[in-house]
Amino acid sequence: MAEAALKTVPLDKARALQWLQTYGVYAGVALLLVVNIVITPHFLSAENFRTQAVQVAPVIIVALGMALVIGTEGVDLSVGAVMALAASVTALYLGYGLVPALLVVALFAAGVGLANGALVALVGVQPIVATLALMVGGRGLALVLLPQLEDLRNPQLASLGSGDVLGIPYLILIAAVLALLVAFTVRRTTFGRQLLAIGDSRPAAQLAGLPVRRVLIVVYVVSALLAAVAGVLATARLQASDPTSLGNLMELSAITAVVVGGTPLTGGRVNIAGTVAGAVLIQLLTATLIKHDLPPSWTQIAQAVVIVAAVYAARGRGRR
Amino acid sequence: MTVTKTQAPVNADDGTQAAGAEPVGPARSERLSALVQQHGALAVLVIVSLVATFSFDSFATGDNVSNMATSSAFLAIVALGMTFVIITGGIDLSVGSLFALGGVLAAWGSRHGTLVALLLPLVVCGAVGVVNGLLVARSRLAPFIVTLAAMLGARGLMLAITDEGANTYLIGKGSFLAELGQGTTLGLGNPVWITLALFVAGAVVLRRTRFGQHVYAVGGNEDAAALMGAPVARTKILVYTLSGVLAGLAGALNAAWLASGVTILGNGMELEAISAVVIGGTLLTGGLGYVSGSLVGVLLLKVIQNVINQIGSLDSSYQQVVSGAFLAVVVVAQTWLGRRRQLL
Amino acid sequence: MAPPAEVLAVRGLSKTFPGVRALDDVDLTLHAGEVHALIGENGAGKSTLIKLLTGVYRPDAGDIVFQGRPVSFATPLEAQKAGISTIYQEVNLIPLLSVARNLFLGREPRNRFGLLDFARMHREAEETLRGYGVRVDVRRPLRSLGVGAQQMVALARAVASEARIVIMDEPTSSLEPREVETLFSVIRRLRDEGIAVVYVSHRLDELYAVCDTVTVLRDGRRVHHGRLADLDRLSLVSTMLGRELGEVRSEGLTKFTGDHHATDSRPVLQATDLTVPHQLHGVSVSIRPGEVVGLGGLLGSGRTETAKAISGALPTSSGRVVVAGTPLRGGSTPAAIRAGVSLLPEDRKSEGIVPGLSVRENISLAVLPRLSRFGLVSEARVDSIVNTFIERLRIKASSPQQKVGELSGGNQQKVLLARWLAMNPKVLLLDEPTRGIDVGAKAEVQKLVDELAADGLGVLLISSDLEELIEGSDRVVVLKDGAVVGELTGDEVTEDKLMRTIAGDAPARDAVEGAATDG
Repeated sequence: MAEAALKTVPLDKARALQWLQTYGVYAGVALLLVVNIVITPHFLSAENFRTQAVQVAPVIIVALGMALVIGTEGVDLSVGAVMALAASVTALYLGYGLVPALLVVALFAAGVGLANGALVALVGVQPIVATLALMVGGRGLALVLLPQLEDLRNPQLASLGSGDVLGIPYLILIAAVLALLVAFTVRRTTFGRQLLAIGDSRPAAQLAGLPVRRVLIVVYVVSALLAAVAGVLATARLQASDPTSLGNLMELSAITAVVVGGTPLTGGRVNIAGTVAGAVLIQLLTATLIKHDLPPSWTQIAQAVVIVAAVYAARGRGRR
Repeated sequence: MTVTKTQAPVNADDGTQAAGAEPVGPARSERLSALVQQHGALAVLVIVSLVATFSFDSFATGDNVSNMATSSAFLAIVALGMTFVIITGGIDLSVGSLFALGGVLAAWGSRHGTLVALLLPLVVCGAVGVVNGLLVARSRLAPFIVTLAAMLGARGLMLAITDEGANTYLIGKGSFLAELGQGTTLGLGNPVWITLALFVAGAVVLRRTRFGQHVYAVGGNEDAAALMGAPVARTKILVYTLSGVLAGLAGALNAAWLASGVTILGNGMELEAISAVVIGGTLLTGGLGYVSGSLVGVLLLKVIQNVINQIGSLDSSYQQVVSGAFLAVVVVAQTWLGRRRQLL
Repeated sequence: MAPPAEVLAVRGLSKTFPGVRALDDVDLTLHAGEVHALIGENGAGKSTLIKLLTGVYRPDAGDIVFQGRPVSFATPLEAQKAGISTIYQEVNLIPLLSVARNLFLGREPRNRFGLLDFARMHREAEETLRGYGVRVDVRRPLRSLGVGAQQMVALARAVASEARIVIMDEPTSSLEPREVETLFSVIRRLRDEGIAVVYVSHRLDELYAVCDTVTVLRDGRRVHHGRLADLDRLSLVSTMLGRELGEVRSEGLTKFTGDHHATDSRPVLQATDLTVPHQLHGVSVSIRPGEVVGLGGLLGSGRTETAKAISGALPTSSGRVVVAGTPLRGGSTPAAIRAGVSLLPEDRKSEGIVPGLSVRENISLAVLPRLSRFGLVSEARVDSIVNTFIERLRIKASSPQQKVGELSGGNQQKVLLARWLAMNPKVLLLDEPTRGIDVGAKAEVQKLVDELAADGLGVLLISSDLEELIEGSDRVVVLKDGAVVGELTGDEVTEDKLMRTIAGDAPARDAVEGAATDG
C-alpha cells in the first residue's frame, strides 16, 4: 500500500523533497545566519563566531563517529558516556603528564568501542540495545572512577582547550582536520566503501566476501575514540573534569546533527559535510534562542521539533 | 529499529517433520530455553535476596523491605508501560522526562484540587504519548528517534512550567494526593498497592484481551498482523499513549510521595525501565514478553541497588555499572537463546 | 444438475503504474467449488490481479462483482472479512504467538467478562487443525512447526473465517512432497465444500494435478481461459510465453550453444562429503575447468545449500572443498573468494546487489582491496575495470553512477556477474542466474555462461528451468533430499532422464512421475 502511495506522489514534489533532504540543512544554516545578521546585535563579530565554533566543535567530532555508525544502519548511544569516561580518566592520569593520560583515555574508549562492536557484530545484538548497555555502564564507570567534578590544573591541557594558531582555536582546527579525515575515509578508502555496502545490505556484503564483522567493530571503535577526543577537548576547555554532566544528551545532539545533515537512519549513505552543517544548524538555533533571551526550555523544545522534522523529511528515502 | 529484524521463516529443510508429526526432542529444549527466558530473572532475584539476607542484617528488615517496595513502585509503573511498547517492537525513551513532567504537573495542579492534580499529568503525558504513537505508527518514523525527541520536548515543557527549574511546587500536607503517595495500607505504602493493582490489570489486558493479542501480534510480525486483521496503527498509538500515561502517573505518585514536584528526577529512568523490562524476559525485538517479568526486573535492579548501598564502601555509581553489565549479559543470553531456538 | 453459483465476476480490470500497464482489461470468473489456475510469467500481472482482488491496490477501471454484489475493498482486511482470503508464498502468521492464537487472532472466543476463553480456544483449535492433518500442541509457538504445518494453520485460518474464495500464491514453494499431498487433499475438500480456489504456481505438474480451470496472463492481458484439461502442457507453455508451438518444440528456450569442453581432466573444484545438519548429507561435486556442471533437483533438494556450502556462506559440519589443489577453510566466504570461488546468489535483491550503491561501486565491491594501496582506492583502476565490464556485459545504465536498485533485473544480474568476473575467478557458482529477468537479458546471460566456460572457467549451474539446465550443462548432478541421487553425462542429459532421476525408484510425488512420462 505504502509503495503504491509513494509511486503516485507527483514527481516535482518528490524532487522538492529530495532537494530538501540534500540541501535543506545548508539552506537552514544560511537562513539562520541571515536572520541573525538582521535581528541579533553584535552577531557579525569574530568573537561571536569564535565562541560558536568552539562550542560546536565537540558536537561535530562526536557526530562524525555517529555518522559512520549510522551509515552501517546502527546507532551509538554510548558516546555521551564515553565523553564522561574520557573526562574521568583524564583527571585520574593527568598526573603522569598529558600524553600518557591521553593514551589511557584512548585505551578506555577503544575498550568501550570494542565491547559495542563485539555485541553488535559478533553476538548480533541490536545496536540500540548494545550501546544502551554501554551507555548505562560507561557513565557509571566514569562516576566510579571520579565521583564528582574536579578542577584540573595542567598548562598543557589548558592550552589545548583555549590555545590557538593564527587566531583559530585548536578545538576548531582539530574538528576540521577530523572532519576532513573522516570524509576522506568514507569517499576514498576501501573501508569507507565497505562500510556503506554493509549499511545498505548486510547479506549482500557478506556474500560479496567483505569483512563485515571487522568493519563493524572498527566503526564502533572509531566512534568511541572520536567521542573520547570530544570528551578530552571539552574537559580541556572547562579546565575541569565533570563526569556527572559532561556529554549528557550528547548522543541526541550527535544523532540530530547526522540526521539533519541528510544521512538516513537506514544506513548505506554517509554525508559528512551535511553532518557538520547539521551540528552548526543546531548550534545556531540554540544560540539564536539564547541571544534573544528565550529560556533553555524553548531551546530543547525547538531541538525536538527540528529532529522530528528532519527524520520526517528523510523518511521517504528509507523506504526504497 | 525494526529494520534489522529478519522474520526468517523456519527453514524449508528443517521441515522434516511433516504436517501432523510432533517433534519430540526439540520441544523439550525449547521449553527449557523459554523457561530460562521467562523465569531466569526471578531465580536471580531470589538468589540475590537470599544472599543479601544472610550477609546484611539490615536487609530483610520490615523498614528496608517497605522502603525498597515503595521506591520500586514508581519505576515499576513506568516499566509496565514500557513492557507494552517493547512487546510491539518499539521503545520509549521519553518516559524519564514524562515522569518528571508528571510530577511537576501534579504538584502544580494540586493547588487546584486533587482531581486536577491527578488528571493533568495523565492527560498531558498521555498527549505526548499520542504524539509519539502517531509519529511512529502513522508517519512510520523510528521509535527511538521520535521518543528521543519527545524526551527533549517533554523536559523542555517541564522546565518552562517551573521557570527553568527554579520553581519547585509543593503538595499540601493532608490532601488526598499526599495521602495517596505517603499513606500506608496494611504496612505497605499506597503506591505499592496501586502498582500491584496496575500490574494485575496490565497482565489481564496483555494476556486475556484482544488488545493484548494485538500487542503481541504487532511485535511478532507487523505485516502478518495487519493481514490478519490486527489494527496495527491503533495498537501502536495505544501502547505509546499507555506508556505516556503510566509515566505521568508514576511521576504524579512520586511527587505525592515526596510532597513536591522535583524537577531533577527522571534522568536516565528510561534506561532503568528498559533494563528492567529486558531483564524480565521481554524480547527487545518484540513479540514476546511478560508483565510479571518486568516487575521482577524492577525488583532485581532495586535489590542490587540496595545491596550496593548496604555495602556502604561502594559508591552508588556502581549501580549503573552493574545495571549496564546486567543488561549486556541478559541481551547476549537472549540473543543466544533466540538463535538456538531458530535452529531447532 | 444446476451449474454451481458464480462467486466472483471480474470485468475489464485495469491497473497502471507509472510507466507500466500492469493489468489491461482482464476478466475472471469463479464458480463455487472451482479450483482455478492463474498462471503467467513474471510480470504477467498475476500479483497485480491478486492485489486488486484483495484490496491491496485499487483498480483504475473495471468491476469486481463478488457474490452478486459489486465490491471495492479498501484493505486486504476488508476483502478477508468479506470472504476473500489469501495464503501467501511465505507463511504470513506470527511465529512467536501460539498456534491457537494465530488461528484465532481477531476472532478469539471470549467469556462473559469479555476476556479471552483459552480453554475453548485451544479445544477448538485442536479440532479444527485435526481436519487438516495437523496434530500439534496448539499452545506452542507457531515457529516450532514445520513450514507445511504452518501453511495448514494459515489455510485453516482462512477457511475458518468463512472464506468463499481462497487465493493461494505459490503455496508449495517450500513444502515437502508429503505436505504437498496433504495440501492437495485439503484443496479438494475445500472444493467439495463449495469454496473457490485460485491457485497460482509455476509448477505445471501441480496445476494439472489439482486445477479444473485456468486463466493465462501475459503482459497484463488475459490470453487464455478455459478448462485446464483442454490445454496440453506444451500449449500451456507456449501460451504463457507467447511463442508459436513449433518454436518451443524445435528451438528450445535457451541460447546455450554448448561450445565448450573440459580442458583439463583434473577438477578445478572438488567438494567432498559436504554435510550440513538437516540440509545436506554428504554431497560431493567436482567441476573441471571449462565445464558447466548442472545441479538438478526439486526445490528444497539442497541445490542452493550445496552452492552456499561450497562458497563458505553456509557452515558445514563435515566435508571439504579443494580448489585447484588447495583445501579451503570452511565457513568463510572471504577465504572461498580469495581461492577463486564466486557465488551468484539465488536471491539477487537481498543477497546480491547493494541497491543504494552505484553500478560502479557494486561492480568494484569485491575487487576493491586489489585496486587499493594501504586501504586507499585507486579511482583510475576502478574506472577502468568498471568500464571494461559495463561494455563487455552490455550493462544498460544511465551512467556508472546510477544506483543499482534502479536497474532492471537483468542488468542487476549482469552487475553481479561483473562483480565476480572482476575477481578473475576459477569457479563460478550460479544459483538461478536467469530467474526473474527479461528474455533478452536471459539469452545474454546464457551466452555469457557459455563463453566463460569456453575461456576455461568451471561453472556450477543451478536452475529450476529444466531447459536451461539441460541445454546449458555438460553434466548434471541430481540432488534429492540433500544427497546426490544420480549424475547424467553426455547424451544422458535429457529432460526425460533428469525427471526419472529426480523421481528416483520410489517417486516422491505422482505429479513428477506424470511429468516424466509426458516429457
